[in-house]
Amino acid sequence: MTEQTVAVSFTVNGVPYDLELPARRLLSDALRHDLRLTGTHVGCEHGVCGACTVLVDGAPVRSCLLFAVSLDGAAITTVEGCRSADGGMGPVQQAFRDCHALQCGFCTPGFITTVTAFLDEFPAPSATQAREAISGNLCRCTGYQNIEKAVLRAAELRAEA
Amino acid sequence: MKPPAFTYHRPTTLDEALHLLAELGEEAKVLAGGQSLVPLMSMRLAEPGHLVDVNHVPGLDTVEVRDGAVHVGALARHAAVERHQASYDVCPLLRQALRNVAHPTIRNRGTTVGSLVHADPSAEMPAVLVLLGGSLEVRSATGGREIPADELFVGPMESSLRTGELAVAARFPVLPPRTGSAFVELARRHGDYAMAGVAALVSTDGDGALTRARVALISVGAGPVLVDLTPAVRGAGSGFDEAAVHDLLDAHIDPEDDIHATADYRRHLAHVLTLRALEEARP
Repeated sequence: MTEQTVAVSFTVNGVPYDLELPARRLLSDALRHDLRLTGTHVGCEHGVCGACTVLVDGAPVRSCLLFAVSLDGAAITTVEGCRSADGGMGPVQQAFRDCHALQCGFCTPGFITTVTAFLDEFPAPSATQAREAISGNLCRCTGYQNIEKAVLRAAELRAEA
Repeated sequence: MKPPAFTYHRPTTLDEALHLLAELGEEAKVLAGGQSLVPLMSMRLAEPGHLVDVNHVPGLDTVEVRDGAVHVGALARHAAVERHQASYDVCPLLRQALRNVAHPTIRNRGTTVGSLVHADPSAEMPAVLVLLGGSLEVRSATGGREIPADELFVGPMESSLRTGELAVAARFPVLPPRTGSAFVELARRHGDYAMAGVAALVSTDGDGALTRARVALISVGAGPVLVDLTPAVRGAGSGFDEAAVHDLLDAHIDPEDDIHATADYRRHLAHVLTLRALEEARP
């Protein structure tokens, strides 16, 4: 049996794509395999770890829990879209570096996207809010303390910019 | 962890969606938020032949307060309901419960109506619908009906929707006057399914004396468990008779052992969390 493919159009980091994908293609796989945007990492692949988090129309979602064909017309942002306008590190990425908020880096793309959207909504968060914001993302290296610091530092960097 | 192949349908009107569901019958599942369905498919616990994706049907994503109830459309994401201030003003229990539904990232995509239809006995929103005495509005190619909450939850992961029916909205009645609400739960990890949880409504008369109390519990039965605790209100309405609360709970709940907690521990949590919820709900 030949598997059904479905036409879908969406933008990723502002670039429009017209794709013809198998219906069961997860967004995480479409980004990595079809678009070769390998910044998005796949950890648990059932919505628990948060590594694959991307923004759909500005809101963080698990890309492993979405069928790509369902996102016709959506604007998707991946970690590749979180850099600064000149192509360097964006404020959240810079803060993660400054605060040593990553070690192996596997979970980091999910944190960067989640924190970027969080700071859009809460530009000056408290430590408690910062902790709550990252509660859906697992990191096995850092112990989270430095990630919490990085969220607060990113808020400062964005305020200075 | 890849989902099995299926045939995908992307209707752009409600009529088209209903006709697809009628035509495809038991082979079809509805895709809305997909936050339960997609992992079930990835783990190969569900293998629907057809998915009818309703995300492109206009008009289903509304949250409105009218006629004494909060009406939540089938495509309203948990996050939209949680943030809807007019709903919070008349029915704070919605936001109180939604804050416990998974993580914010899941709530950005998952839908409240989808959570009701999924009928997980550990899920928060079925308990809220039962406690408030709400209902689900369903449509099919041949008509529509309203399913009261107490007829909706048949068993674990089983609702009374029939083949070909689509849940288009849920109706959560606003709180009666002088009534407070609370939702408390305990999970192993923040955002996980609760080992036990309690939604509570407590009413008082004009002088602050307790007149009525009801709770709906999760993770301690085959579905949400509604318990009327009004008989446990002490004579003058000054407080609750804790022994009577425990007896009433024990007569209704029937928790089971699983990997997260023993039945005894769940029973213990149900007692402790109920007292906590009653205290918090007191207006």
